Amino acid sequence: MPDIELKNISNYVFNGLNMEIFDKELLVVIGQNGAGKSTLLNIIAGLVEHEGSVLFDGVLVNRMLTDKRRVGYLFQNLALFPHLDVASNIGYGPAVNGNPRENIAQRVDELLRLMKIEHLRDRYPKNLSGGERQRVALARALAVSPQVLLLDEPFNSLDTGMCSCIRQEIKRIQRGLGITTVLVTHDMAEAVEMGDRIVVMNGGKVHEVADIQSIHSYDPDDIPHLQNCTGCAIDCYCKG
Amino acid sequence: MRIRNILDGSIPIIIFILVWESIARWHIVPEYIFPSFLAVMGEFYHLTVNGVLLNNLASSLFRVLAGFLLGSVAGIMMGTVMGCRQIINRSFNPIFSLLYPIPTLGWAPLLMIWIGINEMLPIILIFLCSFFPVLYNTITGIRSVDSDVIKAAKTLGASDRKIMTSVILPLAVPNIFTGLRLEAGMAWRVVIAAEMVAIPTGIGALLIRSESLLRVDIIIVCLMVLSVMCLVFERVFQYIETKMTKEWR
Repeated sequence: MPDIELKNISNYVFNGLNMEIFDKELLVVIGQNGAGKSTLLNIIAGLVEHEGSVLFDGVLVNRMLTDKRRVGYLFQNLALFPHLDVASNIGYGPAVNGNPRENIAQRVDELLRLMKIEHLRDRYPKNLSGGERQRVALARALAVSPQVLLLDEPFNSLDTGMCSCIRQEIKRIQRGLGITTVLVTHDMAEAVEMGDRIVVMNGGKVHEVADIQSIHSYDPDDIPHLQNCTGCAIDCYCKG
Repeated sequence: MRIRNILDGSIPIIIFILVWESIARWHIVPEYIFPSFLAVMGEFYHLTVNGVLLNNLASSLFRVLAGFLLGSVAGIMMGTVMGCRQIINRSFNPIFSLLYPIPTLGWAPLLMIWIGINEMLPIILIFLCSFFPVLYNTITGIRSVDSDVIKAAKTLGASDRKIMTSVILPLAVPNIFTGLRLEAGMAWRVVIAAEMVAIPTGIGALLIRSESLLRVDIIIVCLMVLSVMCLVFERVFQYIETKMTKEWR
């Protein structure tokens, strides 16, 4: 899985942003609305115009189209294909990449098992609960064996119990598959629970980068941009 | 429940026919002006058996299908291109906005001079009447597709063409079919009007000939056929739309 480098990224949100995401790590990007979190993911995925360089394992991918970057993207609204059933949603990526029918079926079965949603195979997204939709969306993103997994506030629509359960599952899968992952959130509890490192963003700038261990030593006043973020009170984590 | 619904819907029709038949039998109005329901049905049978009705219906049906098919296909194709490409939309939108408000029959005098009074006249009129609504419904359908769904398809490796055929068009189907359903009925109205003023065959021509012969019974038969055809066309599109989208909508 690649080490991702963003060098001197500029567009309507960023002005010379530099960032590195290490191989196999789960980097959490946290910040308020408008901080540029989702735009950062879109830049990695190749979905928005920008200046500067994006490198996967040292290789410049600026000119590489989104469909060639092998990026698994879990959107905030999940963006499942409403006209396809669960199996077809998961099999969409392998199918458009020209895999043989038998391989697609096999991959879909694997992912249905991995996400524990075999019983949902023939259902359409409108007939799924929030948690089930989440699992289907993650399975769909993983179906193309992505090099990078981008998660854009994927737990927003879930209730607290379900949220914690899905977080742990995503973390388990991410660790198991060793996929370089970027999770965007504005929930500090989520960030601390899931991340290896945390990047705090504000107004298109990186305000702070910290290992998950060292974040416990922070004083909340040191991170003013997080004061409006949700989740378990920041003090629980920051004052150790 | 379904039988109950059919019964509920049938009762007003039965009452309407009974009132119609009763008024005609009381001879309040002369029969040649207000024929009874049974007399109209008798004439319907007579026109069907001697082939007059079916021949005229076949002429009208051919014109409707040809014009409607051409107009719909052109509307869907142009709408797809305009929905996807901003530059094409910006280029063509002004001229289409100017042409769309012109009532379809308003084109008839111009087309009579340009192409003459022949089989092409009603077909082109129906083409015009179908094209614009299907065009605008297709654009709306394509624009209403969630942009995140398109981005998701992109990240999964789909090319632009694949996204168009496997995501955008299927999701635009409900809007496209709304246009087709509405215009299917309108195509029949236009063909009847064109046949009444310019073409010597078809249900519209039979209508206008019956008017000159004071055959109210045949006029009513033609109107009933027209009503049924509009309904059948609308229901066919409704059926196809439901079949294509009921699982996921």
